[in-house]
This record gives sequence, structure tokens and C-alpha cells, in this order.
Amino acid sequence: MTFDQFLQYIFSGITTGSIYALTALGFTLIYNATDIINFAQGEFVMLGGLTAISLYEAGAPLAVACLGAVAIVGVAGIVFQQLAIRPLLKAGILAQIIVTVGASLAIRTAAMIIWGRESRPLPPFTGDTPIKVGEATILPQTLWVLAVTLVIVVALQLFYRRTLTGKAVRACSVNSGAARLMGVSYSWVVLLSFGMSAAISAAGGVMITPVSFMGYGYGAMLGLKGFAAAILGGLGNPAGAVVGGLSLGVLEALTIGALPIEGASGYKDAVAFLILLLILFAKPQGLFGGRAVEKV
Amino acid sequence: MAAVLSFLKRHSAFIGFAVVAMAAPLFTQNIYYLSVLAFMGTRFMIVLGLNLLMGQAGQISLGHAAFAGIGAYGSAILTTRWEVNPWAAMALSALLAATVAGVIGVPTLKLKGHYLAMGTLGFGEIVYILLVQFKWLTNGTDGISGIPSLSLAGIDFGKPQAFHWLVWGVALIMLRISLNLVDSRVGRSLKALHRSEAASMSLGVNTAYRKVQVLMVSAVFASIAGSFYVHYVHFVSPSSYTLTFSVILATTVVIGGLGRVWGAVWGSILMMVLPEFLRQYQDYTNLVFGVMLILIMIFLPGGIVSIGGAADALRRRIGGASGRSGGDAAPEGGS
Amino acid sequence: MRIRHVIFIAALVAGFAMLALVGCGGDETTTTTAAPAETTTTAVSEETTTTEMAGPSGDPIMIGAIVSASGPASPLGEPERAALLMLEEKINTVGVLGRPIKLVIEDDQSNPTEAVTAVNKLLQQDKVIAVLGGSISASTLAIKPITHAAGIPLMAMAASNAITADPIDWVWRAPPRDALAVGAALGYIQKTMKLTKVAVLSDENAYGASGLADIEARAGDFGLTVVAKESYKTEDTDLTAQLTKIKAANPEVIVVWGTNPGPAVAAKNMKQLGMTQPYVGSHGIANKAFIDLGGDAAEGVIFPAGRLLVPESFTNPEQKAIVDQFVTAFEEATGNPPPTFAGHAFGALTLLLDAIDRAGSTDAADIQAALNETTGVITPDGVYNYTPTDHDGLTPDDLTVVQVQGGTWVLAPQ
Repeated sequence: MTFDQFLQYIFSGITTGSIYALTALGFTLIYNATDIINFAQGEFVMLGGLTAISLYEAGAPLAVACLGAVAIVGVAGIVFQQLAIRPLLKAGILAQIIVTVGASLAIRTAAMIIWGRESRPLPPFTGDTPIKVGEATILPQTLWVLAVTLVIVVALQLFYRRTLTGKAVRACSVNSGAARLMGVSYSWVVLLSFGMSAAISAAGGVMITPVSFMGYGYGAMLGLKGFAAAILGGLGNPAGAVVGGLSLGVLEALTIGALPIEGASGYKDAVAFLILLLILFAKPQGLFGGRAVEKV
Repeated sequence: MAAVLSFLKRHSAFIGFAVVAMAAPLFTQNIYYLSVLAFMGTRFMIVLGLNLLMGQAGQISLGHAAFAGIGAYGSAILTTRWEVNPWAAMALSALLAATVAGVIGVPTLKLKGHYLAMGTLGFGEIVYILLVQFKWLTNGTDGISGIPSLSLAGIDFGKPQAFHWLVWGVALIMLRISLNLVDSRVGRSLKALHRSEAASMSLGVNTAYRKVQVLMVSAVFASIAGSFYVHYVHFVSPSSYTLTFSVILATTVVIGGLGRVWGAVWGSILMMVLPEFLRQYQDYTNLVFGVMLILIMIFLPGGIVSIGGAADALRRRIGGASGRSGGDAAPEGGS
Repeated sequence: MRIRHVIFIAALVAGFAMLALVGCGGDETTTTTAAPAETTTTAVSEETTTTEMAGPSGDPIMIGAIVSASGPASPLGEPERAALLMLEEKINTVGVLGRPIKLVIEDDQSNPTEAVTAVNKLLQQDKVIAVLGGSISASTLAIKPITHAAGIPLMAMAASNAITADPIDWVWRAPPRDALAVGAALGYIQKTMKLTKVAVLSDENAYGASGLADIEARAGDFGLTVVAKESYKTEDTDLTAQLTKIKAANPEVIVVWGTNPGPAVAAKNMKQLGMTQPYVGSHGIANKAFIDLGGDAAEGVIFPAGRLLVPESFTNPEQKAIVDQFVTAFEEATGNPPPTFAGHAFGALTLLLDAIDRAGSTDAADIQAALNETTGVITPDGVYNYTPTDHDGLTPDDLTVVQVQGGTWVLAPQ
């Protein structure tokens, strides 16, 4: 493998990895506020992309369609939380897992009915002339995704550390009982977290669609890989989620590149799951620590 | 005589169910309906095992399709490539499923909650990927055809009615085993570890061992179901053993009711009958499943099997305050 | 306790009974909105000139069909179903052998296991005299052993070569087989493009795998060498890694064999990586979806296809007339122009009915003999001649090579 080829694999990996990162970030936000893992997270990515496509096809300018989609899906996240999560906050983990699994199935099927089975495209934000780095190329759209992800991470950090609401959210994640005693409205915190998480995942969906289209089934795999990425980086750690996502993407690309097998693509998905299992078995705290896995 | 009557009374539900299940094929010659009933039987076997794992032991598996797949492909490969006797192939596949469950169960069942769910999901996905990629063994997405029917002592179980009785006969045996298990010492230690793993460990229950045990039993049930299925359809392909199927299995268990073994019966019947109603709206089936799951978790978390108890509670509440305590006095585990 | 159990048992019985009742509803053949009765000029109607104005009568001829009306292959199955229903309605204005036909159309949900259940139902319960199907090769291969064992004709609507591999006694194919498409593509590369070093990027599904195997086996016959081969899964969203590997092998032309969206992603990725080699695709991209997805990157892509895509390419005026009628009738019935898959279904049923008509009976052996003598039957896919050893019926002439230009298709430069 030459250096240029290696670089190209890195770039491929970053392209898909950035969406894993945004999905993982979505998981982390919800987990931090509520201890719930939202199995339907990937569907918000999918909904973001498809909603943007619908708005754009209805005549909205691209920027409006994208921002509009993010807002709409953010609201959808809140609705989801109110309808499916809130009634079950006291019902135990098994119930919550099952509800989000059921929701994932329902949302995916609904998307298939609404938008049909075919994948659909969206035009890229600033054209698709690739940028050359040596012999390797990277798409401007990928740079957009990276830039937006960085902005989101920085914004989240500012939010958590500098604003009162952000500190309230952090307080809830450390000890929700104590936070409530201090006057924090837990239900608002949860609502906000779901909304933000859905919006961030939707942003990922909107930005990746110009590169790889969007279809009703894309969310399922993304959700799984996003979760693997979140665990890889340490569940609960936003920066870890981003690093985990990018790393997973790069590892997948390198698997295809480095393995001498020609049918390697099918095994590429196995990489994500193997990593997931390895981490769960060996070092559940992931690369960057994070919250303790077991609470007795 | 009194002993016989009391035996019948104690096991009336089981006996009643067995009679209905076995008598069903006498009422129709329609091959299509017979096959739906038979598939209900194989589905029921898998759901029964999963109910033990999720309901009694309180674990979660989102990868159970993999065990059915192991049974199905084990039988398919052994009987078509090496002409192994189908019964032996079924037994060997079940053994393989149990072994895999044991090996994967030890590290996985140490996980809790979401990690456990994800771990089982990852396992299920890896098995699916292997089924598709190992073309030299499984023929990949093309699938394996020409799988023979089962037969024994001259009875051809390829015929719908005979197959129905075979499948449901085995399913009823599994049901009986499950019901007995729940009432036994093993069952009680499972319930204890479900309520509080730490407490039961402190009381000397070997929780790790028990959990793996239940996983292995559920894997064997699923594997046998998978084997029966392919010996009837004579064809197998990986598309039957996807994550969606695992999710539907878990959905079936929850909708039927986690707390009791009989939940598996209700769940299986409902989840197999519902798609028949939705034939015209094939695409909506999964949407209905997902929404039902959410609604059940919110409004009837005990599943269908708890309707009796919920109705009782409602009746009591409507009837005004009485001296009765709120809890249902009936023993758990069915009869 | 007792009462509860009685209720439980009663509910159980009710459940089983409901199942029985449900089966009575849910009839599969929904009729499409009635289109005005146009005469179709298929080979059949020429025989039935002694028309009773009252229309056909008597026991309907039961014909089964299995299509993927739901599931991932529904873009294939739905147009096929529409085409079959449309043709059934038209045929029943005159009937076959004086009798109406009745199509029983089952949905295999894009799952070969469901296809097996469906074919068993069609054979044992509906007692069909022939089966059309499935939409995808995997389903067709799954049901082939069953129809073969039952001695019932199977009219295949899928492309995989394996469908007409031994034993072929009871299966005939309507669409052009993969080998024809591969031959057209490789032939074009050899004769018109005059290139020799080929790289293959294929989908890992049955369609792509079959194409790849055929290309590898026959590349030498066309003086071509396969310098690299990579694969991808149908839902993969990024193929730059595979293409990077391919690029390193310095091929002169890239052959992409798969169904949407993969080939469109490949086109975009090739553009991104600055790969200037020509892109030769498969007939799996013979649809508007590829152009919509690929956008600018789809320009210049070359692939083999039936002539339906470029109607000016029909050299046989009789065929052009039939195709025009088919297109008009399909558009009237569904509001959309017919994709190639609709043509496959139309062809399959036409060929079957032609054989029944010539055989003068619905006996399986008679139909088999008549099918094996099929000559000159015209459908949108081409002109068919079956023999006892050739159950594919088409020749390379029935395919043409097209190119995407200006967002639509033109004949590829010769």
C-alpha cells in the first residue's frame, strides 16, 4: 500500500466515520441525561436526510431545507420522548430498551411507507469537485461534516460549562436526585436532551446524503455502528464519541484496503461488531473511560 | 379417581391447550392454513426459550435469530452435503447451538442492561454475516435447497398434518419442561436472580452459571425449531435470520407477557395471526408490531397474559374499597 | 382459577377459528382500474379470430405468479404485478381456448423462503397449471426444484444464469439471461472500445455474484484480462476504498455489476477519485433511478439493455408495434411508463399463453412440448425461439448497448 492509497483510505474512513461520530454523540447526550440507550438513534439520522430531501424537492432552497430538516427532526425527538420515553422513566431498563427497539422498527417502517424504498440524493453544499491532497482526494462535503461536527462539539462544551441550563444538565447526569432537590426540572432536562440529540443526528443525516444518498433502511446499521463508536470512545464522553466514530470509520476502510480478500466488504460490517464485543468484554469503559458500567 | 380428577384440574390449562393444538388440523384440509399453524409451532418453540431467558431470568437477547439459524443451517448442511440422518443432524445442530450459547454466554451475560442487549445484537449480526460470507459452506445468499423431509418408522412428516402433530408434539413437551422448570428449584433461583442479582449471589445462588444455563436451553429450543422449519420448507437462506427477526422474537415475548410462560403462547399466536389480517397491507406489518410494542410497554407492561390480572385489579377498584390486598394471590408459573 | 382457564381455552379456539376465517378474505388478485379494452396484437389473438362476442366462458385456467410486491425487490415486483394484471384483463376479453384465465399472484416479500411457501400453496391449493416467477433470482432458484418435481411449467422472470442450468425440463426464461448482458458488455469493450485490461466491481448479492462469475469465466474469450476485482454490499454508502484498490491495478475500463444504489455510488466515487476510465455497467442500471442518483457522474456510463430503453433502436417494425401498445396500455393502467421488469412479466405470460394456445390443452406435458417449439414470439424483450435445449430463447441481437447522455439514454457510439 502506498502512502497515497493509505491516505485515501483515511479520507474514506473519515467520511463515513464522521456520521458515526454524530450518531454516537446523539447516543451520548441522551445517555448522559437519562441513562437510556436510544436504539432508535440511527433513525433520526435517516429522518434528517429524508426530510431535507422532501423539503428540497418541494422547492425550498438547499440551506433552508437542511436547517429546516434539523429543526423538524429535533422536534420529532421531543415528541418521541414525550410519547414513548416519559411514560416509562420509572419502568426499568428492560422496558426502556424494548420501547426504543420497537420505536426503531416503527419509525423505519413508517419512513418506508412515506418515502418509498428507493434511495434519494441531495445536492452537495458547495459542489463536488474533489480536493486533492497529494494523489488522494477528499470531497468538500466531507470537510463540511467535519467542520460542523467540530462546531457542535465546541458548542456543547460551552453549553455544558458556561450556561446555567448546561450545568443543570450536567448536574442531572451526575446525580439526578440531588439535582432535583436543588430545583432543576428533570423533565425539562430530558426533553432538551432528546431534542438536541435528535437534531445533531439529523444534521449528520443531512450532511451525508449528498455523498451517499439516503434511504429508509440506512438508519438501522448507522445506529448499531454509532453505538459501537460511542462505547469505543467511552459511553458518556462526547469527545470520546467523536473520536470513537472517526476511528471506527477508518478501521472499516482499512479493513477493505488491507485485507487481501476480495470479498472483504461483507466482513467490513463484522469489524464494527467484533470491536463492539471486544470492548464490551474486555474494557467496557472504552478508550477514554467514562461512567462506570455496573451499578449495583 | 379423586387423584386423577385433581391432576386434571391442576393441569387443566396445559391439557386444554394441548387438546386444542393437536385437534386443530382435523378441522381443515387447507394446506396453507396447516402450514401457518405448523409455523406457529416452530415460532412458539423459539419464543418459549426466549421467554425463559427474558421473562424468568430477566436477561435480554436481541440476537436470538442466530440460534434458529444455527439449527436451520446445521440441519441443511449436514443432510444435503453429507447425507447425515435428519434426526441426528437436528441433534448435532442443537448441540452446536448449546455450545455456542455456552461460549458466548459466559462473557456476554456478565454485561447488564444495554450492554447485554448490544452484545447479543452484535453476536446475532456476526452470525448473519458469517452465513452470508461463508459461501463455500452455506451457499451465501443463494441458500440451500433440496433439504429432505423428516420421516420415522414409515411416517412421512413432509405431509402437512403429520408435520403439524410432530411439531406441536415437541412444542408441547418443551412447554411442559418450561412450566416445570419455572416451578422447580432452578426456576426459583432464576426468579431470585431476576429480582436482585446481588442478593441471590449473597444467598449462594451461582448466578453466572444459572444465566448461561437458561441461555443454553433457549438456544436448544431455537435450534430445534430452526431444524424443523427447514425440513418442511426444504429450503434455507440467510434472509430468514436477520436482526429484524430477532427484534420480532423479542417483541413477541414482550407482547405475550414476560412474567409467565403462558405469555409465549399468547405472543406466538398473536404475532403469527396478525400478519394474516394485514395481508393486504404487507408493508405496514412491522409498523404495527413496533407501535403495539410501545403501547403494550406503556399501558400493559405485563403483556397479554396479564390481562386477567389487570382486569381483576380494575374490577376490584371499580367495586370500591374492600379489605382485600392489591396483589394477586394466584401462584406464578401457570399450571 | 377455573373460569380463567375456560376463558383462556375459549380464546385459543377463537384464535384458531379467526385464522380460518381470515384466510377467506385477503384475495391476492386485486384488479387495477379498468382500462378501455384495446385489442392486443400478441400472437395469441391471431388464433382466436372466431370470436364469440359474449367473451370466454367455462372453468378459468388457473395460472400462478410469485412476485416481490413488498420487500427490497418491490421496485421489480410491483411493475411486474401491474403488467400481469393488465394483460390478464385484456386476455379475458377473448380468453384462451375459449376459457378465461385466472391469475393467482402471491407476494414473496423478496424472501426466497416465502417464495417456497407461496409456490406450495399455488400448486397444492390453487392447482395452477403453470407458475410465473419470481422477481429475483434467489426466489426463482428456490422454487425451481419444486416445480420441476411437480412437472409444472415455470416461466422465469429473473436473470441469473443458474436458472436455466440443468435440469431445464420445466423452466423457461423470459428476460435476457445474465450471460447475454455480459456478452454484450464484454463484446462492446473488445470491439468498439478496443481495450483489454478490465477491473470488476460487483455487488455481493446473487445478481452481482452471478455477473462476476460469468465475466471471469469469459473474459478470455473476448481477449480481456481481469486485473482487479472488488465487491460491495448493496447498501454500502461509500465505495472509495474498493475503488482505491482497483485504481492501483491500473485498469483501462471499470465494469460495475449491481443494482441501485451501489452503481450510482460507484459512479460518484469514481468521479471523486479522479478516475477517468470508462464505466461499463450492467442491465441492473437500466432505469431512471440510476440517472437521478448519479447526477452528473452518471453521464457517459455505458451498459447493455433491452431495446425498450431506446425505442428508436427497434429494427423489427412488428416488435415496435407491440412495444408501443404495451407501453400505452401500461401507462393507462398505472400512470407510469413501464420499466424493463414489467416487460419481463408481460413476456413471460405471453409466451405461456401462446404455448397453451398452440398445444390446444392445459396438460403440463402438452404445454411443455408447445413451449419447446416456440418460434418468433415477440415481446418487449425480443423475439423468442425456444428449443428442447435452449430455454432462454433470445440472442445477443435482442440486446443493445446504450449510453447515458444529457440525463437520458442514447445508443452507445459504435
